Amino acid sequence: MNAAGFPLLSLLTFLPLAGAAVIMSVRGDDEVVARNARWTALWTSLIVFLLSLILWARFDTASAAFQFEEKLEWLPEFGVGYHMGVDGISVLFVLLSTALTPLCILASWESVTSRVREYMVAFLVLETMMVGMFCALDFIVFYVFFEAVLIPMFLIIGVWGGARRVYAAFKFFLYTLLGSVLMLLAILYLWYNAGTTDIPALFQYQVPRAAQTWIFFAFLASFAVKVPMWPVHTWLPDAHVEAPTAGSVILAGVLLKMGAYGFLRFTLPLLPEASATFAPLIFALSVIAVVYTSLVALAQEDMKKLIAYSSVAHMGIVTIGIFTFNQQGLSGALFTMLAHGVVSGALFLCVGVLYDRVHSREILRYGGIAKIMPAYALVFMLFTMASIGLPGLANFVGEFLVIVGAWRVNAWVAFGAALGMILGAAYMLYLYRRVSFGRITRDDLKALLDLSPREYAVFAPLIALTLWMGIYPQPFLSFFEASVAALVARHEAALNLSRLAGM
Amino acid sequence: MSWTLALPELVLACSGLVLLLAGVIPKQETFFPVTMGAIGALLLAAVLVLGQGEGTALNGHYVADSFSGFMKILSLGAAAISLLVSLDFNEREGLGRFEFPVLVVFASLGAMLMISANDLMALYLGLELLSLPLYVIASFNRDNARSAEAGLKYFVLGALASGLLLYGSSLVYGFAGTTNFDRLADAFSTADGVSPGVVVGVVFIIAGLAFKVSAVPFHMWTPDVYEGAPTPVTAYFASAPKVAAIALLARVLLGPFGDLAAQWQQVILLVSIGSMILGSFAAIGQTNLKRLMAYSSIGHVGYALMGLAVGSDIGLRGLLVYMAIYVFMNMGTFAVLVAMRRQGRAVERIDDLAGLGRTDPTMALWMAVFMFSMAGIPPLAGFFGKLYVFLAAVQGGYWTLAVIGVLTSVVSAYYYLRIVKVMYFDQAVGALDRAPASLTIVMAGTGLFTLLFCLWPAPMLAAAQAAAAALLG
Repeated sequence: MNAAGFPLLSLLTFLPLAGAAVIMSVRGDDEVVARNARWTALWTSLIVFLLSLILWARFDTASAAFQFEEKLEWLPEFGVGYHMGVDGISVLFVLLSTALTPLCILASWESVTSRVREYMVAFLVLETMMVGMFCALDFIVFYVFFEAVLIPMFLIIGVWGGARRVYAAFKFFLYTLLGSVLMLLAILYLWYNAGTTDIPALFQYQVPRAAQTWIFFAFLASFAVKVPMWPVHTWLPDAHVEAPTAGSVILAGVLLKMGAYGFLRFTLPLLPEASATFAPLIFALSVIAVVYTSLVALAQEDMKKLIAYSSVAHMGIVTIGIFTFNQQGLSGALFTMLAHGVVSGALFLCVGVLYDRVHSREILRYGGIAKIMPAYALVFMLFTMASIGLPGLANFVGEFLVIVGAWRVNAWVAFGAALGMILGAAYMLYLYRRVSFGRITRDDLKALLDLSPREYAVFAPLIALTLWMGIYPQPFLSFFEASVAALVARHEAALNLSRLAGM
Repeated sequence: MSWTLALPELVLACSGLVLLLAGVIPKQETFFPVTMGAIGALLLAAVLVLGQGEGTALNGHYVADSFSGFMKILSLGAAAISLLVSLDFNEREGLGRFEFPVLVVFASLGAMLMISANDLMALYLGLELLSLPLYVIASFNRDNARSAEAGLKYFVLGALASGLLLYGSSLVYGFAGTTNFDRLADAFSTADGVSPGVVVGVVFIIAGLAFKVSAVPFHMWTPDVYEGAPTPVTAYFASAPKVAAIALLARVLLGPFGDLAAQWQQVILLVSIGSMILGSFAAIGQTNLKRLMAYSSIGHVGYALMGLAVGSDIGLRGLLVYMAIYVFMNMGTFAVLVAMRRQGRAVERIDDLAGLGRTDPTMALWMAVFMFSMAGIPPLAGFFGKLYVFLAAVQGGYWTLAVIGVLTSVVSAYYYLRIVKVMYFDQAVGALDRAPASLTIVMAGTGLFTLLFCLWPAPMLAAAQAAAAALLG
């Protein structure tokens, strides 16, 4: 049995579904149903979050092995089982998912007024899929969760989204599906050749060199769309702009990490040689992403679109870190993913605060907000600075580590990543100046109210996390130290082996 | 000479005759009791199939094995559900005549004979027994021009297909000297080269059967017939006869012509690819739901045939699982289609579903489940069907087939999503009428199956495995 003494991961995964079932079963008039749905969703997600803290407390950070494992037979004749477990790479993403979901529910407390019940059900189902995906230790189970995320997200964007929501929802769904089905073929190939889809067992299987290239590109098709990497990032700005605030938070906070997580979990350990061969390609795409999307972000008129492009840039830094194959780069990539999950989620919430009041995301619509909403301006500034990578705040640690890691591989790649940070400072400060400072040009802005207690409750944990991660990152880094070291050792051993075989 | 082996068929045939009498003799309208009796007879036959032994009977014309059991239960179940779906619809549309359930019973009998055929003659008899009632029920709404057109079109093209099949059979007989499947298999396994005449015959037989499963390039009748026929009839067309014809195709190709795989595999491969491509692209522009479902069914047959094209054990299992899941999704979708009425009038355009997510959340939820499942999105049942056929293709090294398969499934996801979009994203244009209880039960039953298949897939997989083993020996 696992360290918790009961099937903790399955409970974390499927408890939200139970909450969704409760919400679905409530009858009555709209007002009662809506209130009930909000409270049930909030309590369910809070209980899930509290349960997930057991992971934080009981996780053995010294071990690189999978922990809290659970195994059940599912399709025995095909060698597919229900296998759950976390290691240092995935455990914090489980926590990130469970932490962001209650905040999202709280953030949509008042802004979502139509079809509240369905909205809350969609979020709880989404939580199930996200947590399940990070816990899955069977490739087919992983794929099921990975794809199933599309269904609730499609509905969230399409039903509660903005004006062009239908276009954005379809683009999001079809783009991601197209990438994923190619990965499915690669999974089937591995399944057939290795005779199993159990991930720890697959790690023992050596994929033939000739097949690695094909599988690498099949995985890339799926993960690159999810990350998203240039040039398949175009769905992201559309999806972000049209999604409701909480949808953007989950999209930026968790869903974007799924692609990078896929690289770490599958591409690197299963395809060491192909990863090494095509690392320059990934570096090139990532540097283009960092520089190009930063420049694009500078030109945006829409706040959400600007932050969406900044997400692409930050994820470019993450992919650089992953393909450095060294301890600093990989740790930095993981840390950036977490920090970006918190900070970009918070930035979307900041935009949401203004949007709820003024119903516009246009940057020029604002100005002088700092005078009207001082507390809000302070919060917004904190997250702006964090996004820029100011030392002492969350993003800095991760991006710094990535640059160090990249420097050891190729100075030009490090230069590209650093350039991204400089441009990041430019567009974020430019955004902040236009929104918060300057003269108040519009009279209706003068009547805006500062943050409400509910909004303080949403931002407080995120502020605390951002400061904690920036000032004392060691607790977070210690979680993935052992797993990353094992991954690096494995990668180098595999490369040495193939080098020997080549001689 | 063990005719008792064919007990399910005999029972069903006798029940059909009894139901016919029961429908004719009383003076008042007997639609409801006869339909109930027919459902009972179909279920009874299914139970008998479950307890059926294995072996051949009737001078080797009839064979019973796990494979025939699997397919028969599937097609009987589909027939029973279509009758349940037709109950309310037929009464409202003034089609509540007792002949309808009786014809469905006889068609199902034909389907069972087809599935159990072990001889080219038995095959043809079963096929015709299936087809004749189908021609009639296609035009069952005889005062409606579209329905009459559907029946006529189906009849003319069906007769042509039967002719092709018969011609193919006669060629095979002429060159091989027997019509019995077992002896055909012996003949082809010993001969060190088959004559071109046999190959031509096989191709004709495939053409005739491909017509029945509406695979490209013999699909032309499908959209018109699906659109014109009364909706419950379409539901039946899209399920039971397809199951029977697919079963027959698998039995004929893997049994007697198993050693000619090199000759027929290319044909099935092309048919499969063509069906997948046409099924996904042609459906995009449709506005009528029944036409859309017609193209969708063409696409699904393409995926199922992918399993047959590979020809391996796992491919056959994939085919069986795919067809089983398809029947459930399809019946559920058609239950929704039959339930679509506005102020008492049946409607069938996609736009008529607008805003269903608000006006009837339960029905919209089930429809969304079916659509996502047909698109092959996990964790719904449709994904697992696709998974098995793709696995078979990958295992057999048919990469082109697999890649075309996954790409067309993305294209087809577009039009399934469009239905979800209309239901949830669009404004309601007025509520649909409440669905009658019989349809709600069908929707909920098939919907739960589609939703929860992932939890407990082992029984169906085991059944499919046994069935595949029976056919491949």
